Amino acid sequence: MYGALWRVLPGPLVLRLLMLLLLALAAVAACFVWVFPTVAPYLPFNEITVEDTAP
Amino acid sequence: MSAVRSVVGGVGELLVTAGVLVLLFLAWQLWWTDVVADRAQGRTTEALLEQWDADAGLATEAPDAPQQQPQPQQQAQAQQQDSAVLAALPGEALAVMRVPAFGADWVRPVLAGTGTAVLRQGVGHYDGAVLPGEVGNFAVAGHRTTYGAPFNPIADLVVDDAVVVETPGEYHVYRVTGSEIVRPSDVEVIAPVPNRPGEEPTQAFLTMTSCHPMFSARERFVVHALLESSTPREAGPPAVLAAVGGAG
Repeated sequence: MYGALWRVLPGPLVLRLLMLLLLALAAVAACFVWVFPTVAPYLPFNEITVEDTAP
Repeated sequence: MSAVRSVVGGVGELLVTAGVLVLLFLAWQLWWTDVVADRAQGRTTEALLEQWDADAGLATEAPDAPQQQPQPQQQAQAQQQDSAVLAALPGEALAVMRVPAFGADWVRPVLAGTGTAVLRQGVGHYDGAVLPGEVGNFAVAGHRTTYGAPFNPIADLVVDDAVVVETPGEYHVYRVTGSEIVRPSDVEVIAPVPNRPGEEPTQAFLTMTSCHPMFSARERFVVHALLESSTPREAGPPAVLAAVGGAG
């Protein structure tokens, strides 16, 4: 998986490392901005209100 | 043989990636949400107080604004402003909350509604609950962990601790009367008379709810308080705030 990515990237070693770093940063940013805020409400540790959950 | 190797290797990479993602999620939830929410809630509070000052003609930066003289009808006008927030949309800021026991610099906005998105922005005001100072129950919910964790030290509140709620027109000082740990479905804690659903209220209560234990959804930590005094905003912050130097 990551091996294939490494082979696909062009250029010398330094450039490849730089691109990998950028890709990793982009992935983290996407997680922080979109993925995690979407997932969080489905996890059980953020409920703070009392609600009528009668069947 | 090499096919098996690459499959095993691929699965290994996936597992490592999943592990990193979980760690990243924890970092986001436990650290980043606090960073973002603290900033946003501070901004909301500041903007709200500035706007109220401007509306009341108290803003020092606005010499053009007509200066209002304190008049008897000022109180009535304040009341009017208060009921105007009844029509607040979800997420709209309607009050500023201060709890001296949480620290002199603890200031949070109270926003209309208790939806997930609203509670990320501040303390949430339960739909249908009365407004600050009114007879009934001013019920609010706040995160105890993550998203700025406004109610993080809620379990430290003891009887007689002050909770100050500032509205466009008034300061309302509530005094804590007790706390309890309830099930998430125990909605009677936010009834107009707390724990006595159906009863007609004659006093102004405040109820704060948050999670319990921390990082769990198993129970709720609930604090009840009773209105002690309401003073007009132009008369300045009440003594309980001045005592801790958190006025302003």
